[in-house]
Amino acid sequence: MTKTITISPVTRIEGHAKITIALQPNGDVAETRFHVNEFRGFEKFTEGRLMWEMPGITSRICGICPASHLVTSAKAGDDILAVEVPETAEKLRRMLTLAQWLQSHALSFFHLSSPDFLLGFDSDPATRNVFGLIGHDKELALKGIRLRKFGQEVIEILGGRKIHTPWTVPGGVRDPLTAENRDRMLAWIPEARQTVGIALETIKKVHAKYKNEITEFGNFRSLFVGLVSKDGALEYYDGFLRIMDGNGNTIADKLDPKKFEEYFGEAVESWSWLKFPYFKQFGYPDGMYRVGPLARVNICDFIETPEAEEERKVFKKLSGNVGVVNNSFYYHYARCIEMLFAVEKIEQLLNDPAILGTTIRSQASINRTEGVGFCEAPRGVLFHRYKVNKDGVIQQANLIIATAQNNIAMNRTVHQIAAHFIDGKKGKITEGMLNRVEAGIRCYDPCLSCSTHALGQMPLHVELFDANGSLLDSVTRS
Amino acid sequence: MAIVTITIDGQQLSAQDDQTLLQVAREHKIHIPTLCFLEGLSSVGACRLCMVEVEGWSKLATSCTTKPAEGMVIHTNTDRLKKYRRMIVELLASEGNHQCAVCVVNSYCELQNLAYEVGLDHVRFPYLFPHKSLDATHKDFVMDRNRCVLCTRCLRVCHEVEGAHVWDVAGRGIDCEIVADMHQPWGESDSCTSCGKCVRVCPTGALFEKGATIGEMQKERGFLKFLVTARNKREWVQQPEDND
Repeated sequence: MTKTITISPVTRIEGHAKITIALQPNGDVAETRFHVNEFRGFEKFTEGRLMWEMPGITSRICGICPASHLVTSAKAGDDILAVEVPETAEKLRRMLTLAQWLQSHALSFFHLSSPDFLLGFDSDPATRNVFGLIGHDKELALKGIRLRKFGQEVIEILGGRKIHTPWTVPGGVRDPLTAENRDRMLAWIPEARQTVGIALETIKKVHAKYKNEITEFGNFRSLFVGLVSKDGALEYYDGFLRIMDGNGNTIADKLDPKKFEEYFGEAVESWSWLKFPYFKQFGYPDGMYRVGPLARVNICDFIETPEAEEERKVFKKLSGNVGVVNNSFYYHYARCIEMLFAVEKIEQLLNDPAILGTTIRSQASINRTEGVGFCEAPRGVLFHRYKVNKDGVIQQANLIIATAQNNIAMNRTVHQIAAHFIDGKKGKITEGMLNRVEAGIRCYDPCLSCSTHALGQMPLHVELFDANGSLLDSVTRS
Repeated sequence: MAIVTITIDGQQLSAQDDQTLLQVAREHKIHIPTLCFLEGLSSVGACRLCMVEVEGWSKLATSCTTKPAEGMVIHTNTDRLKKYRRMIVELLASEGNHQCAVCVVNSYCELQNLAYEVGLDHVRFPYLFPHKSLDATHKDFVMDRNRCVLCTRCLRVCHEVEGAHVWDVAGRGIDCEIVADMHQPWGESDSCTSCGKCVRVCPTGALFEKGATIGEMQKERGFLKFLVTARNKREWVQQPEDND
């Protein structure tokens, strides 16, 4: 008799989802599905709006990474205007993108994920959260909160407010940076550096502590996709697409990100609102790929800042003889390396005299009827493509979101963890399995609000069904 | 012209009988909310927000079009008026597509300010979400009918000050909309001089400069008083902007 286990809602991620696990009659896992049950419709209701409004509208997709949507949308606007963004504006946009990484990564690592591995995967769910972390290690928790605050402060100083700033616009940015504000940001750097160092030490201890366990956290070969600069460095704002396979072979390089739709398709399944992007050449679902910190640190040849580059070398050793790190648990480690890079790079940018320039916005009218914007959002590469009429009114919008691109991989991760930890013969959902499936999904730091273009908070619900669809067991956690 | 004595909110005041109640109130710093009214343009009493209670009158009176008369006792801020004003703003909010968060005039919008003033924390009427058009055919400006409250300021400034009369109201009832010429795309209008006066007098984000992004369209309206003073008094003096 086949059984199905459902986990719904899933907690401590951004958005709503549930998980169902179907069991074979012998109790082995037959199939797992990570269902995303939200729909928002941004691609549809932005039709008829003006291209200049799109950064402001699309940044409302998410309260965690609005700056990434803002920058990507403004870049699509640059493309439609066919303008070159002034040097200062590009550097300021780069800084905004890095501040976005930093605040989002700090949220993911300290607030959402670290309770799992610092308090223990099997600790009491009621206290396995940021408040429990404060009880366990107040200093660490506060440092994490302040690191996120630094990212938010940079965004606020640049854009006038922490969330949903409209500061980045087609053609550049709206306001320049003053020397006084630059100094305010520089004053944060030593503390931010120290906190990132603590995060790195923490995650390394976790690797040692859970050495055996983490081998089952989404450890499989897949493609990795992300941006690299023209010389192969870790990139976050511009550059080219690189695709690497699970053995570390670069199978495509220097791809034009503006042609992403030629390389990647989007499959649809009836059981989820979240689409399933795949690499077209390999088909669906074999064209599964991962994006985000793990992919970025895996595919780049080097990182341009010294301390982050040292960490990248240590990270690479985890791959053994394969060439890439395939275990999704190391997303956390890659995220910490990126936080280090972000702090170092923000400091570099702040010390660049060009950052205080006042030529920051190129003006033009509509020069193209199609434009593509892209950047590396915290969770992976993000694309916006707009078609407009000659007056700049949106005719069609396509947004490809990082979390969606990890969709097939997240499903695979859930399957692997369930297969390892579930005891289907008992027909019961065990706490251990529940905790690890959640933690497995959290490796990807998925943002379902973004990826279904949804709204709200994410609790966890698991249900177990038999072959006839009868509910055997159910657990809800909010 | 004669001088009359009236009472506004318990305050005895002298007024000229060719003024409006709104003018008298403003002269004496008594605040009455307005939306369609703009000094320098004719008054049409369309929005009904400036309504006041006159003792002895069964109906409410629009202060922008009502003249004072000897012994008139006027109340500008009663519970009844507050109730109606809030209802008017709620209806305006429900019959258009007003998304302040992503609007070009966010923080500079007269409708938004009115919503704050009347305490509009929610709207009791169902939103209609009408399908309204956006005309971006003009090279410099955009007309977004989703945000239009049909105050007709654009129509009046174009007719009365610029003398071009590009704008008119087409349709009836809930289907009323502002159109250029004989319902042409704005960019194809022969009569439009591209002076931009309509954009500057528009109280909301319905008319704005092309290329403006969220909250970037602050409208400066002092030009209107300047033009009207210059025309009527032959005094070419910049007038301070009236915030009321």
